[in-house]
Amino acid sequence: MSETNGHQRGGQVERGTFAVKAGLAQMLKGGVIMDVVTAEQARIAEEAGACAVMALERVPADIRQDGGVARMSDPRLIKEIMEAVTIPVMAKVRIGHFVEAQILEALGVDYIDESEVLTPADEAHHINKHNFTIPFVCGCRNLGEALRRIAEGAAMIRTKGEAGTGDVVEAVRHARSVHGAIRRIHTMDADELFTYAKEIQAPYALVKQTAELNRLPVVNFAAGGVATPADAALMMQLGVDGVFVGSGIFKSDDPAKRAHAIVQAVTHYNDPRILAEVSENLGAPMVGINVTELPEAEKMAERGW
Amino acid sequence: MSEIRLGVLALQGAFREHINMLERIGVEAVEVRRAEQLDDLDGLIIPGGESTSMGLVAERWGLVEPLRQWVHMGRPTWGTCAGMILLAEQATGQKQGGQALIGGLDVTVNRNYFGRQVDSFEADLDAPALGETPVHAVFIRAPAITAIADDVEVLTTVPGWGNNHEAVIAAVRKGPILATAFHPELTDDLRWHRYFAQIVRENMQRAD
Repeated sequence: MSETNGHQRGGQVERGTFAVKAGLAQMLKGGVIMDVVTAEQARIAEEAGACAVMALERVPADIRQDGGVARMSDPRLIKEIMEAVTIPVMAKVRIGHFVEAQILEALGVDYIDESEVLTPADEAHHINKHNFTIPFVCGCRNLGEALRRIAEGAAMIRTKGEAGTGDVVEAVRHARSVHGAIRRIHTMDADELFTYAKEIQAPYALVKQTAELNRLPVVNFAAGGVATPADAALMMQLGVDGVFVGSGIFKSDDPAKRAHAIVQAVTHYNDPRILAEVSENLGAPMVGINVTELPEAEKMAERGW
Repeated sequence: MSEIRLGVLALQGAFREHINMLERIGVEAVEVRRAEQLDDLDGLIIPGGESTSMGLVAERWGLVEPLRQWVHMGRPTWGTCAGMILLAEQATGQKQGGQALIGGLDVTVNRNYFGRQVDSFEADLDAPALGETPVHAVFIRAPAITAIADDVEVLTTVPGWGNNHEAVIAAVRKGPILATAFHPELTDDLRWHRYFAQIVRENMQRAD
């Protein structure tokens, strides 16, 4: 909720407006947001050129392996990471767990990821993100899901992909689904748009706005399974604005080098010669899990609606 | 009015927003990722984003030195937010080990002076050089200018924000260099882009 601060420093200023929430995501574009589990990893990510870090206790690959309930990280860890770097720090809450979000807001993190990587806390309701000064990013598999999250107040969208697998196929599927749908609605007439909004269960006003803009009304990143510079550039060429890399960096042989290479690949995503150069001699990537071999019950992308 | 061609540094951040604004005022704009792309430009915008990310990518591909030369030669340059940090001669509140700066603007900036995202804000500010109507300014984890050389002109301040309720400097100009701590490219107000285009045109006339 936006708040107007009367004369507390600086006269009339407005905080927590949608413009400043969506605006931070705009500043992250063309960048790489990296999962980190310690302050030391956060420093490595910053040195490699990350535009933000995601502070969490376990990367998705370990969450997958460990099983059990995955929750918001320990505030102490998040604070240590916030103190270690000057770039924005994001942190994850469970879907629907608005108290975890209140805690992250009290800590002053820069972005909250309402994430399917953690165990959902509510099977019917996502967080009402309009209630917060801190902006939210949410995952999606298709346009309807993206616009439902934006209607709830998300100021940034990412593909769900399939986190912790190192298999980019689901992120590709989700990015193609969103962008393909946007291309189709861009050519629809008003009658068709009403019906389409109903079919994808998204608010008509947002469907209309997206059709007119010919893109989502907020920034859209790729996430879930990006493990190499080529994966990152693939997602950029498919039309996303930037890339989250979770397990892909600190589960690889040489995290600093791989992180640096993925940053270069996101800037120069259209220059295959540079992509070739930065892809060279990075050591082994994360081992990965083939998504087609993953049992349905273990797919994180199915969480949320 | 002479035709001008402007570049927007496109290493990371909100470069597309600046290009959209320039297109709206009828100015040709191109994305700049490599040093040789600076050659046929009349002016350059360094956008908002993360100055550490931009600095590291610029270093990796040998862009820092050409950008320093560009600014040093008196070519028109406008830095917004992260871009302002990169143009500053001194920056405080940097990451451990500091960060690469282009420099050229004799000011000191404090990196996240206005705080974290929870403190990001919008405000209407007086900017007499741009007209009587206040400018709408969007500040996102924004830097501020904490010290300036005598020949740097202050264009905008945030009143009462300082520790002793003094005004804090948010936009300056020195000759062909313009710097804003906030993001005109996130608003519908085209005046800052017109103002910079005018700086570029004046600079070209001087060169002729």
